[in-house]
Amino acid sequence: MSLDLKFTYTEKKDTRSGFGDGFLEAGRKNPNVVGLCADLIGSLKMGDFQKEFPERFFQTGIAEANMIGISAGLAIGGKIPFAGTFANFATGRVYDQIRQSVAYSDKNVKICASHAGLTLGEDGATHQILEDLGMMKMLPHMTVINPCDYNQTKAATLAIAEHEGPVYLRFGRPSWPIFTPKDQKFEIGKAWKMIDGKDVTIFATGHLVWEAVVAEAMLREEGIHAEVINIHTIKPLDEEAILESVKKTGCAVSAEEHQINGGLGDSIAQTLIRHNPAPLEYVGVNDSFGESGTPTQLLEKYGLNAENIVKAAKAAIARK
Amino acid sequence: MGKQSIEQLQKVATQLRRDVLRMVHAVQSGHPGAPLGCAEFFVALYFDQLHHNPDFKMDGKGEDLFFLSNGHLSAGWYSVLARSGYFPVEELKTFRKLNSRLQGHPATHEHLPGIRVASGSLGQGLSVAIGVAQAKKIEKDDKLVYILMGDGELQEGQIWEAAMYAAHQKVDNLIATVDYNGQQIDGPTEKIMDLKNLKAKWESFGWVVNEITNGNDMQSVLDGLEKAKELAGKGKPVVNLLYTEMGYGVDFMVGTHKWHGSPPNDEQLANALGQLEETLGDY
Ligand SMILES: Cc1ncc(C[n+]2csc(CCOP(=O)(O)OP(=O)(O)O)c2C)c(N)n1
Ligand SMILES: [Mg+2]
Repeated sequence: MSLDLKFTYTEKKDTRSGFGDGFLEAGRKNPNVVGLCADLIGSLKMGDFQKEFPERFFQTGIAEANMIGISAGLAIGGKIPFAGTFANFATGRVYDQIRQSVAYSDKNVKICASHAGLTLGEDGATHQILEDLGMMKMLPHMTVINPCDYNQTKAATLAIAEHEGPVYLRFGRPSWPIFTPKDQKFEIGKAWKMIDGKDVTIFATGHLVWEAVVAEAMLREEGIHAEVINIHTIKPLDEEAILESVKKTGCAVSAEEHQINGGLGDSIAQTLIRHNPAPLEYVGVNDSFGESGTPTQLLEKYGLNAENIVKAAKAAIARK
Repeated sequence: MGKQSIEQLQKVATQLRRDVLRMVHAVQSGHPGAPLGCAEFFVALYFDQLHHNPDFKMDGKGEDLFFLSNGHLSAGWYSVLARSGYFPVEELKTFRKLNSRLQGHPATHEHLPGIRVASGSLGQGLSVAIGVAQAKKIEKDDKLVYILMGDGELQEGQIWEAAMYAAHQKVDNLIATVDYNGQQIDGPTEKIMDLKNLKAKWESFGWVVNEITNGNDMQSVLDGLEKAKELAGKGKPVVNLLYTEMGYGVDFMVGTHKWHGSPPNDEQLANALGQLEETLGDY
């Protein structure tokens, strides 16, 4: 494949490592940063922090509800707790705890969720949460962030340590291209226009930002110029950036490793319908659970890869 | 606040009972039963035991802190907070009304002084209190964290996650209390979901159990809480089993789950207030 990519990579790494490295750095910067994990320290890459700051790290055992409550308590005491587990157990399993003790109580707790989405792979549907963004974005007071690669995840982790208020930070398991700059500045709530275009806007989040970058090059070969916007913050949504881009391109595609129902695309649709009803095509999981497989196989089977984004872009353009 | 005599404390408890009944009667909603049973506990804690500052600071550094996990006891908690100076006693009349800081269940959202986390969905408070206690340990703050739970509430699984954790982590600056009234919404706990041997349960989880066998006698509660303080700081979390009677202080309310969440009507209120002297002045 000799695509002329606007962003390239030399290395691949998992986004959870970006979290782990960012978390360690945040801990070095601020003594109030503390960590908790429910028997998944290795998977969440929280081990380096635990080693360096044992007195600021709490192994809760397999008890996620308790972990969320303790985090709220630590926040009351002035700490900045980062509570880590798999995205499924960090949201669905503890929704009421997050709702009452964290969001409604406005506690400065960072819910750090790894292994989100289909790209978790072989563990299958029990672990592949595809509803977490929806659940979290519905909670008043909650900030929801889904970075796209190692560098952006690390930057996001550092940024949320300095942000006052509850945050849901979503990242993943697979090794993934590192295509965004090292030591980038991460602005919560500020969309990043990665590629300029005029025919269609692709709004992508998480791992699918890379697929969007590939899709843009594929579309360009056919003479279609797509704008690619990285929506790392699902909430608060950068409505201004969305509207400005669609005003120019006239149609859009949303791309996310999540249910279409309740995800990023849903939020974008709400924005467009109120201010500029333009054609929007969704790339996301269509009301189904996942299954076992490799990340690549799963993205293909469930219609989430670059080819699907290309198809969706053409469909959106055709509806203009 | 200087130490108060038993008689004075009893007067506050009686006034708290009047406050609770008048509050739930005024809006014809809320939960009178358990706060009536916990009046002595609330008063002993806020007027005698806690080193606390009614000039409220969220982080509570350098203070003993109290958390109410069984949030439906809100009327009792609001009364004791107001009576000990956290906010004007007058404000009790806004309980459960639109635009009030005194929400049906305790909340931080309206910034009511004294409240540090929302409760109402049962089973969450112990975990929160543990987190606060651990923050105090990190800060080398030697003050204590108190938490009240219902006995029915112990049916929630999260409580036992928290119990296991607190013992494992040696959270010994924590004094939990179970309102052991034997009642819950649908009936006696024994019938709904028998708690069996609670003392043995907590002990087997690694806690020190302190039984306060007459939770409606001020002296017993004071002595019990004093003992709990002595038991703290020795490597294990402490739990008080506080034997109370739901609805205590009003003859037709005592000892039955029927008053868990039902307000008295006008006639019942008059009857109840006739049994409780107005000691500090109604709000
Ligand atoms: C998670 C949750 N489930 C159910 C309820 C409804 N509820 C409120 S109080 C209560 C009974 C609690 O029993 P107990 O803790 O013994 O309190 P008491 O009746 O003695 O006041 C129930 C079931 C709730 N508030 N939270
Ligand atoms: Mg009870």
